[in-house]
Amino acid sequence: MSEQSNPLNLEVIQKQLEKAKGPTYWRSLDELLAKDGFQDYLHREFPRQAGEWLDDDGRRNFLKIMGASLALAGLSACTKQPTEYIMPYVVEPEKAVAGKPLFYATAFPVSGIANPVLVETHEFRPTKVEGNPEHPASLGAADAVTQASVLGLYDPDRLQTINYLGEVRSYPSFLSSFLAALDKQKAKNGAGIRILTETVTSPTLFAQFQDVLKLYPGAKWYQWEPTGHGRSAGAQLAFGQPLNAIYKFDQADVVLAIDSNFLGCGPGSVRYSRDFAAKRTVRDSAAGQNRFYSVESTPSSTGSKADHRQAMKPSEIAAFVRSLASAVSGSGAGTSKFLQAVVKDLQAARGKSIVIAGDDQSPEVHALVHYINQVLDNNGKTVLFTAPLEQKPADQWADIHALAQDLNSGQVDLLLILGGNPVYTAPPELNMRGAIQMAKLRVRLGLYDDETSEVCQWLVPETHTFEQWGDAPAYDGTISIMQPLIAPLYGGKSSYEMLAAFTETPDKSGYQIVRDYWSTEHTGADYDMWWKRSIHDGFVKDSALPAVTAVAKLTAPQPSASSASGYEVSFHSDPYVLDGRYANNAWLQELPRPVTRLTWDNAVILSPKTAADLKVESEDRVEVALHGNSVQGAVWILPGHPNDSIGLSLGFGRRRCGRAGNGAGFDVYPLRSATSPYFAKGAKVTPLGEKFRLAATQHHFSMEGRDPVRTGTLDELKKDPFVIQKESETAPKGLTIYPQEWQYKGYAWGMAVDLTSCNGCNACVVACQAENNIAVVGKEQVLNGREMHWIRIDRYYKGSEHDPEMFFQPVACVHCENAPCEVVCPVAATEHDQEGLNNMVYNRCVGTRYCSNNCPYKVRRFNFLLFTDWETESLKLQRNPDVTVRSRGVMEKCTYCIQRINYAKITAEKEDRRVKDGEIVPACAATCPSQAIAFGDLNDPTSTVSKWKTAKTNYSLLGELNTRPRTTYLADIRNPNPELSTGEES
Amino acid sequence: MQPVELPDKIHVGPVIDQGHSLASVSDKVAGIVLKRKVTLGWVFGLLLSFAILQNLMAGATWLIIKGVGVWGINIPVGWGFAIINFVWWIGIGHAGTLISAILLLLNQSWRNAINRFAEAMTLFAVMCAGMFPVLHTGRPWLAYWLLPYPNTMALWPQFRSPLLWDVFAVTTYLTISAVFWYVGLIPDLATLRDTAKTPGLRRTYGLLAMGWRNSARHWQRYEKASLLLAGLATPLVVSVHTVVSFDFAVSIIPGWHTTIFPPYFVAGAIYSGFAMVLTLMIPVRRFYGLDDIITLRHLNNMAKVTLATALIVAYGYTMEAFFGYFSADTYEKFMIWNRMTGPYAVFYWCLILCNIITPQFLWSKKIRTSPGILWIISIIVNIGMWLERFVIVVTSLHRDFLPSSWGMYWPTVWDWAVYTGTLGMFMTLIFLFVRVLPMITIFELRMLLPDATVKEPVAQ
Repeated sequence: MSEQSNPLNLEVIQKQLEKAKGPTYWRSLDELLAKDGFQDYLHREFPRQAGEWLDDDGRRNFLKIMGASLALAGLSACTKQPTEYIMPYVVEPEKAVAGKPLFYATAFPVSGIANPVLVETHEFRPTKVEGNPEHPASLGAADAVTQASVLGLYDPDRLQTINYLGEVRSYPSFLSSFLAALDKQKAKNGAGIRILTETVTSPTLFAQFQDVLKLYPGAKWYQWEPTGHGRSAGAQLAFGQPLNAIYKFDQADVVLAIDSNFLGCGPGSVRYSRDFAAKRTVRDSAAGQNRFYSVESTPSSTGSKADHRQAMKPSEIAAFVRSLASAVSGSGAGTSKFLQAVVKDLQAARGKSIVIAGDDQSPEVHALVHYINQVLDNNGKTVLFTAPLEQKPADQWADIHALAQDLNSGQVDLLLILGGNPVYTAPPELNMRGAIQMAKLRVRLGLYDDETSEVCQWLVPETHTFEQWGDAPAYDGTISIMQPLIAPLYGGKSSYEMLAAFTETPDKSGYQIVRDYWSTEHTGADYDMWWKRSIHDGFVKDSALPAVTAVAKLTAPQPSASSASGYEVSFHSDPYVLDGRYANNAWLQELPRPVTRLTWDNAVILSPKTAADLKVESEDRVEVALHGNSVQGAVWILPGHPNDSIGLSLGFGRRRCGRAGNGAGFDVYPLRSATSPYFAKGAKVTPLGEKFRLAATQHHFSMEGRDPVRTGTLDELKKDPFVIQKESETAPKGLTIYPQEWQYKGYAWGMAVDLTSCNGCNACVVACQAENNIAVVGKEQVLNGREMHWIRIDRYYKGSEHDPEMFFQPVACVHCENAPCEVVCPVAATEHDQEGLNNMVYNRCVGTRYCSNNCPYKVRRFNFLLFTDWETESLKLQRNPDVTVRSRGVMEKCTYCIQRINYAKITAEKEDRRVKDGEIVPACAATCPSQAIAFGDLNDPTSTVSKWKTAKTNYSLLGELNTRPRTTYLADIRNPNPELSTGEES
Repeated sequence: MQPVELPDKIHVGPVIDQGHSLASVSDKVAGIVLKRKVTLGWVFGLLLSFAILQNLMAGATWLIIKGVGVWGINIPVGWGFAIINFVWWIGIGHAGTLISAILLLLNQSWRNAINRFAEAMTLFAVMCAGMFPVLHTGRPWLAYWLLPYPNTMALWPQFRSPLLWDVFAVTTYLTISAVFWYVGLIPDLATLRDTAKTPGLRRTYGLLAMGWRNSARHWQRYEKASLLLAGLATPLVVSVHTVVSFDFAVSIIPGWHTTIFPPYFVAGAIYSGFAMVLTLMIPVRRFYGLDDIITLRHLNNMAKVTLATALIVAYGYTMEAFFGYFSADTYEKFMIWNRMTGPYAVFYWCLILCNIITPQFLWSKKIRTSPGILWIISIIVNIGMWLERFVIVVTSLHRDFLPSSWGMYWPTVWDWAVYTGTLGMFMTLIFLFVRVLPMITIFELRMLLPDATVKEPVAQ
């Protein structure tokens, strides 16, 4: 071995190291490392050193060097740290105390309608949203979609960089290209500019649009959203002006829903759920209850609460509403018993009833319903009208057609698409995908690299609602000024900032834009105060739109759709992914749809009879053909669906949205032409002879005579207040072989769930998922029965297969006082505590699953595999630091939000007092729009939950097993019309 | 001990055929280990078993890498193949203990020809069984938390849990079985040591024989130790499977929560154990030409025990069904109805066919003494007993109290891998056992021979 090929050997190194002491040690090692050949020496592996085996000296040398290189390989990890200055947390940011969450008010708009929220942030990471308790649209509650918004923020599949034809570019380079294109447009007054947005309700954005259009008078601005047009178009038809209807369910004794899921989705659903529940809930025999009729083209969670529900083919609904209109005007209710009863009830409750039409109903139906409410004297009492929430109410079908026409004629030089996803959602006959590519410069601001982005040149990542400034009205017009809660994770621009580029202020921040706009609206000297107040509260005080009076006219019958033979198809937006915009939200994808219990897929919904006619079963793949287009999907048989009709939900079958949504379900839009956007006739169904597995979370819908959901009618309850509790006997206290009877001297936590109020909306499920770091498992695992939701909503049927009654029952761990799980755990990983909680000790759990087997409620959830995503960085930010993130092989279950209990207990202890009633609200109870869940201390007889439990309708689920559950249920009490004996409709 | 030659007519032939002498018995049994050439059949059998054992390697490795989710278990069916197989293997083990302990105490000398083999089977079956409770936990590396060991957290296991009782029952069982088996082997190991031709073998067997010199004192102590161990093992025959049945009986799940389980499980265990002894003995007897030592009398007796336990098991099934109905409890009634007519009904009826109908053939003496038919029946009983555990574990869990949480369980390829892997392990061990250790207790056989009775003139 020559000196050159091996300049360093052990002796040299040792000598070098011996010289070094203390700080110099490091420096000399640095020197050592810097020497030529040293790295080479370190990285040398056996093949080259093998030569050293040949002579004895070399062998020894080799061993020495091996030792040294091992030692040095360790040392080489200790590289010198660069000089960086860290900041000690001596002066903390205002109000930020490490470990304590801060709540900021903002809003999460869906289709432009603000859902007011308080966002919980931990060290400036938004982790969870709660409803804004001060805001009239929320009163503290939030729906499932809003609850899931926080996952959307951290979605790792969001568009993360500015792209030009697939290459990453900077914002300035985008601006220069964009402004150059704008420059060219100046000469032609912007005649080549087209802007496509979703429904714009933001006053600031609208003001910006006006500025843009002033600057470029030739430019055109179009709006397009695929659903929810019936509302505004219906008002236009009835009143001659687009009005926004607000319903007062807390004042309505009789409600008739026309294919309306007003408790489940749409503007105001959160508030409506609360108001409706207030009129509905019965906890003692003296109370009154509203009566609720529903006519539906597909079973919905709202319809399942109805005292009388009528399944109706979509084509029959308009006729039904028309005959209702003439009946309430006094021209006889015809022969239908149902209609007669409805009319009688509605007329008896003049001024105290509501007829409401659904979002997926045609303008004609909406117009008729406005007229009916007017005849019933409801308008102005239970139904209020205000100016529209849309800044520029437009016929969006016309808008999207006009845009397609402009594009196809080649007039469009610059197309700017702000949000939305027209390639996916536009009517198929427009061929939006091809049309957009006719525009010369195509700029897309979007959250995802989706179907529309695919055909655009410039992609600019859009900021999530929680990353931007903005404003939006709630269902009643109350304006929320939205504040950002976190700096944009991926750079990103908001629509406001993009529009600012038109007016040559591309650097204007969203904050300046929104603030400047509102300074022109609120001109008082107290502007700063007003601004701060509005942001702090999450809404502008007293900004609800004033009610206006309007006279509805009876619209002439529209020419009915073609009387083609074949099946009817009704289109509905999915309750959670809506029109497809939240398709990549895994929480929403895995959320069982309230009625079908399906996750991760939509389906071809058929009634049992229609399925029998077609000789298909659930999970059979079929082709649905309509006017030359066809889609393929799996059948799901749904009792209560009208016969000869097919229910299809929009929002699935996305091709490009991310790992959660890609390939989930099938795309229904190809069937939905502009001529028949609500329902269509003449569909053909062809079985394909294949199976496709659908992941439902519940497979048995009959109560099997066990009555987990106890039901009764108001009349029965009045006759015998104990009718519910008579149903079963409960074991006497102390019936256990174990000597220790817990005393619960301090607190005794308990819960009560009012099944009359619960409408199965699933908001609690998502709230729990966000609060408790519950993992998403994916379709395969749901198929395997391994979903992780700590709270599930069971849905049962009663009655005939064709016209069943439906009941919902949220079930989480009921915290038994005699818990079967506790005695069987061999390692004491699930233990009782002195307040009656059944605690799960994750660290101790070895995963025998015995507890789950022995749980009669089957509410325990097991990490069969590593379900928690430990890899994706952005998702880690969402996790609640107060709750352990579980790993593989441990059991978990509802804790009654023990982190919230302990937080309140610590606070109370510091203040030397007991925890007050209402101080602890578990995530499920907090978000429940219909306030169906009460939680508190059972040792305090004045607490809400104690009072609920004294109700005559209170019962223990499986109480006969002597489990003594802490969660009890209040029976589902209904108020059927005695004139309509069940199961017999004309 | 008197040679057993009961003159009655109920017995078929002698326990050992005519023409055997003390030397011929030793030669014959020891010869299988020492003299017999390694046959192609044995090599093939061992390799096949060893190949199947690799399923366990693969299955367990993948299981530990990915988690128990590679199996088909879910909520509500939290236990699947692992517990089914555990109970099945433990049950199989019971025959060995019964033969070696209870029959010893009852002085049933026909046991002498089969007890060694049956004990080995017990040991191997318990080894197979013992793996499942560890593998089936979500975090198998922490399964030792089930042991009551002193630790800095001052944490004990939870003594109310039947799973913990299981730990004690099974570890005790394994220990006693191993000790009993080994103690019984010592005199024969000495015989092998003395017969072996090569120094290596002599040394190996010499070490294993622990200095056995056939002295009267040794024999005296041996007999005492045997009796004591038999006394210790006897309650285990009843207690182990009783405790295993507590896993189910102590729970509140309909179909599990029943007081008939302990006796019914014990009978079932002995039933499946005898069936497994028959399954193994019949081919071994044939391949190693042991018809004269394991005679038709043995087969006949074992078949009788099988039939008797089958009847007890049948009584158990009947009572289970009857009380399901008679309890008037919604859940119990539904459970039994669901077993008979639900999605797993075919398993239930197969179980009835295998476990109740098939053994009725054993009423016939002709069948009891036809090794071929007996062998087929014994395999059917083994399958039946496996199905019984499947029916108990799965059909009870899959539809319990709340219809909303009902589900289904189907095993995955990894369930099968681990199960077949333990079969491979069991067979591998059996193949090795018959080659390296005397599969029949030589000295006990010798005692059955007329020569064993020394007729000394009365010293006067």
